[in-house]
Amino acid sequence: MSTVLREVRPYGEHPTDVLIDGGVIAAIGSGLDGDEVLDGTGCVLLPGLVDLHTHLREPGREDAETVASGSAAAALGGYTAVFAMPNTDPAADTAGVVEQVWRLGRECGLVDVVPIGAVTVGRAGRHLAELGAMADSTARVRVFSDDGSCVADPALMRRALEYVRAFDGVIAQHAEEPRLTEGAQLNEGVVSARLGLTGWPAAAEEAIIARDALLAGHVGSRLHVCHVSTSGSVEIIRWAKSKGWHVTAEVTPHHLALTDDLAESYDPVFKVNPPLRTAADVEALRDALADGTIDCVATDHAPHAAEDKESEWGAALPGMLGLQTALSVVVETMVLAGRLDWRGVASRLSEAPARIGSLAEQGRPIAVGEPANLVLVDPAARWTVEPAALASKSRNTPFAGRTLPGRVRATFLRGRATTRDGAVLTGVVSTAR
Amino acid sequence: MSRHLLSAGDLDRAAAVEILDTAERLDRALAGREVKKLPPLRGRTVVNLFYEDSTRTRTSFELAAKRLSADVVNFSAKGSSVSKGESLKDTALTLQAMGADAVVVRHSYSGAAHRLTAWVHGSVINAGDGTHEHPTQALLDAFTMRRRLRGGEGDLAGLRVAIVGDVLHSRVARSNVLLLSTLGARVTLVAPPTLLPVGVEAWPAATSFDLDGVLATSDVVMMLRVQRERMSASLPEGARDLGNQFVPSAREYARRYGLDARRMAMLDGDAIVMHPGPMNRGMEIAAEVADDPKRSTIVEQVTNGVSVRMAVLYLLLGGAE
Repeated sequence: MSTVLREVRPYGEHPTDVLIDGGVIAAIGSGLDGDEVLDGTGCVLLPGLVDLHTHLREPGREDAETVASGSAAAALGGYTAVFAMPNTDPAADTAGVVEQVWRLGRECGLVDVVPIGAVTVGRAGRHLAELGAMADSTARVRVFSDDGSCVADPALMRRALEYVRAFDGVIAQHAEEPRLTEGAQLNEGVVSARLGLTGWPAAAEEAIIARDALLAGHVGSRLHVCHVSTSGSVEIIRWAKSKGWHVTAEVTPHHLALTDDLAESYDPVFKVNPPLRTAADVEALRDALADGTIDCVATDHAPHAAEDKESEWGAALPGMLGLQTALSVVVETMVLAGRLDWRGVASRLSEAPARIGSLAEQGRPIAVGEPANLVLVDPAARWTVEPAALASKSRNTPFAGRTLPGRVRATFLRGRATTRDGAVLTGVVSTAR
Repeated sequence: MSRHLLSAGDLDRAAAVEILDTAERLDRALAGREVKKLPPLRGRTVVNLFYEDSTRTRTSFELAAKRLSADVVNFSAKGSSVSKGESLKDTALTLQAMGADAVVVRHSYSGAAHRLTAWVHGSVINAGDGTHEHPTQALLDAFTMRRRLRGGEGDLAGLRVAIVGDVLHSRVARSNVLLLSTLGARVTLVAPPTLLPVGVEAWPAATSFDLDGVLATSDVVMMLRVQRERMSASLPEGARDLGNQFVPSAREYARRYGLDARRMAMLDGDAIVMHPGPMNRGMEIAAEVADDPKRSTIVEQVTNGVSVRMAVLYLLLGGAE
């Protein structure tokens, strides 16, 4: 069956028709015909979004999220591929676990679920996991991370960076010097001092980024920095890139939008790691995303069961939902603010993360013959975030009650619509990859 | 006054002075009575919800509530469902279902009292939350200063107060800085740099690392309790967990920041010495200072604590009706 997207604007530019047939973009032009027509007047067409940093919680915490529920949230948010972090139970540190996650994603079929492998056994930071076995598995792992924990041992980090060169892998580092963040609850500064919450100093992030950039430069490896949150980190990454080293970085939507003073309510929905920072940090992150110092936006979608958030701040688990709000937050903080055009959105939310994660079929140009991984966005529509209406099994969105710009009209995975106007379409499962 | 007392910052000058005036009035009403009881909270239930051991604060609130004829229930974390892992939310819902009019909460987590307000309908009084605040301690301290140095009325305009010690981990310091500055006092925080929080520059207080330099110009010197586990020398040799070391040793701390007889002699005429208790005699305060009949207000503070907590309960629970 073929579909015509009528009068859509690729990258927000000139309106045209786009014909999807046989899983690919079959034609672009005016007056195209197909079995089905979707009127996309006014809507922006982008390559399907790719999230380098998602927590799907399966196996282990299926009460908080599953591969299926997380895939639905992703598709509704405009994503066609998500990278699943390995801090599951058991950790995804063997070929067996990454293949399990990969297979669950395939069976669901709403997005490409790409497992990230743990760098160390049990994410304990002591011994390298069998990175090669995960790379050679059906899941074809290329991104490795102990996310949630930092690979703090400098010698181990060096070896990991070197080792993955054999299969063009990348180490995605959760940059947090653990001795500087013992018991840390909130960005260390004026707000933490007033609230009596143990501070999480910016230097604990920046010190690890500087160290790892030097190591990556020394051994010629690829380093990816997860969830950059401080202005100092931006400066270090800018410097590392100026050296020609292979350093890439991501920023989360919440670090682009929210600041640490939200903790004044002591509501742990605003507790996240790394923590929300200051308005000056937010400004620096927006600038860095605009100028490319930060390559991409990644959600760090972190679902948590209600009982893990309805508690004292210090007892709550850190993390926020992100898949269904990420695009809207980027539209609000970057596009409407005039800092990023729609070409830029395609770059930061699709092309760059696909490239960093070595996904050949994602983040492709909108051109004839290319795989039809696409998202259609109504930039004028506004919507109010209702936690209970989200597809995730958890409710911990920091944007509850906020009205955000930009609605996903439809998402296409290899030509098949996975969502349409906020509804998940479960039909023939698309299995190729 | 609003429904809860969570932070000393919730009180403006008028509200703070009203509490202090009410405490004076209640104190006078009880003075000389054979039966130390007033009727305004008869039939009201006050729950003391204590997640940390604190005999003095719990007893003080209990006496305050009983002197106003309220029914008092002590709900301590030990030996209750709390020790079996019940969440704060479920405990709150239970207390709510039992009809608590006020919950006095002491908790090791900062913000616990704030969280409780989401789950109970009654008043929440913060009796110390983690390293955040302890507003009734600040009120009793202000009450004590006002009686000793301002004739028991008005505010504390121009009073020079030095707060000395582990400011970083002190809920007493945070509440006092907020309340005392609201009342017009000029606060100076004195501590080694490791025990002042990053971000302290935004507080309405000056800071100093030099106790000797501050004493001669202070009307009040408030010593804070310093916990031994903050001292690196208290860690066993070769400890695997390095812990968090803020000060090299107790001896060095006492030498640089302890209030001893030599330092007390530097104080001006009527200056007073305060301590929220419990004290480490010989560490932050020498015995002869703590027991000095002229300057030490430490025992008085305990007495005043009951009066101030009576005033808070009375005003929050609408005892005026």
